[in-house]
Amino acid sequence: MRVLRYGDRALLVDLESGAVPPAALARACRAQVDGLLDATPAAQTVLLTLDTRTDPSEVRRQLAGLRFDGETSVQAARLARIAVRYDGPDLAEVARLTGLTPDEVVRRHTSGTWEVAFGGFAPGFAYLVGGDPALAVPRRDEPRTSVPAGSVALAGRYSAVYPRPSPGGWQLIGTTSAPLWDLDREPPALLQPGDRVQFEVAA
Amino acid sequence: MIEVLAPGPLATIQDLGRPGFAAVGVGRSGAADRAALTLANRLVANPDDAAAVESLLGGLTVRALRQVWMAVTGAPAPATVDGTPVGHHSLFTLRAGQRLRLGSPPSGLRTYLAVRGGIDVPPILGSRSRDTLSGIGPDPLTEGTVLPVGPEPSAWPVTDLAPVAPPPSGPVTLRAIRGPRDRFLVDPRALQRDGWVVGTRTDRIGMRLTGNTVAVDAAAGSIPSEGLTRGAIQLPPGGEPVVFLADHPTTGGYPVVAVLLDADVDRASQLRPGQPVRITLTD
Repeated sequence: MRVLRYGDRALLVDLESGAVPPAALARACRAQVDGLLDATPAAQTVLLTLDTRTDPSEVRRQLAGLRFDGETSVQAARLARIAVRYDGPDLAEVARLTGLTPDEVVRRHTSGTWEVAFGGFAPGFAYLVGGDPALAVPRRDEPRTSVPAGSVALAGRYSAVYPRPSPGGWQLIGTTSAPLWDLDREPPALLQPGDRVQFEVAA
Repeated sequence: MIEVLAPGPLATIQDLGRPGFAAVGVGRSGAADRAALTLANRLVANPDDAAAVESLLGGLTVRALRQVWMAVTGAPAPATVDGTPVGHHSLFTLRAGQRLRLGSPPSGLRTYLAVRGGIDVPPILGSRSRDTLSGIGPDPLTEGTVLPVGPEPSAWPVTDLAPVAPPPSGPVTLRAIRGPRDRFLVDPRALQRDGWVVGTRTDRIGMRLTGNTVAVDAAAGSIPSEGLTRGAIQLPPGGEPVVFLADHPTTGGYPVVAVLLDADVDRASQLRPGQPVRITLTD
């Protein structure tokens, strides 16, 4: 774990080695480090933003003594089941890119659970990892100017669901009616970093 | 309560933002120039984080539905009450029926109008800020919007004028700390050259610097996404740096090569398109 400077009010923890998932580190920091405004997990890093009274060197000292309690992360991990109609406009293209049949793409997307690595891009948008490595596909050459809400997508090693209509370059393989983001719900995001996700073929 | 008669180009409600939701893709947002918001609140003896109106380039007209105490800070938009000028950075009252109008500021972008008691719209995720990137928070003000004003705080204003320099119209130097990904800078001096100007596309999310380019290491094109803060200077492959402001995305996939000192982000938020900028880097 390397702690990099990020201006005078933040620190970037780089987890290159990969022993600890960023979502778990972010959770541990929120629970154990004083003076944080936020902890932003991403692909390999956690960005810690400090309140105006906090000395960055004090946060570095607390990071050195951080404890990872296995139990907390298991407790925090919920399993979300998301029913998908696999009717996405890029399903055939994903099949071509992966050398699989469309049915086999669906089978692999629904076999085993994915894990929320981090959020970003839009409220409730969750980057899911841990799926079948055969499903890794590049983004589309031409991003769409509008991707419908509920679109289930693949790009790189990630899968995701678009919480609302937005531009997007990911390959769309299906659609769900699961509400990914609802401000009237507590918490508003269906998927939090560390949660697990099971995709299912909608009846 | 106060009623909006004209919003100008963009008027939003802002407080000090909603930190704590970056993990689910919601940034902090809040006033672009936090020092100006805080000063306006202090003049009317509100808590620092009370919600106020952030007016882009003036043009805002409001009418009081009951008497309120107000203060105007930030970009020095000439303010008049029923046509009579009132001072910038000063405390004044708007009696029921009177109109406050903000003209066009000669420098800076964003003017803050604080009302004693604060703008009391319902908070969303703990904040009354409009996040223009995520669309969370109260809608931008439109003609006819009626803004509820909260109960007056127990504290009383202790000063009626704060002598603060307005945002400059000429060249501005912004201080930044190198890193976290400055190894992608082929020549760090390039960022500190003269000749940078604020690009035409600048908003609450961020501003692009144009007029020069910075060579970026070819390996930087596709780094894994990392968290962003306001003040982060990100370097896309084209070599024109982007300085993120209040409504920045929570993560981004281009390297952040330097980050503005927190104190300088407020000044960056007041820069106009075409204004010259100099960046000084410290280690």
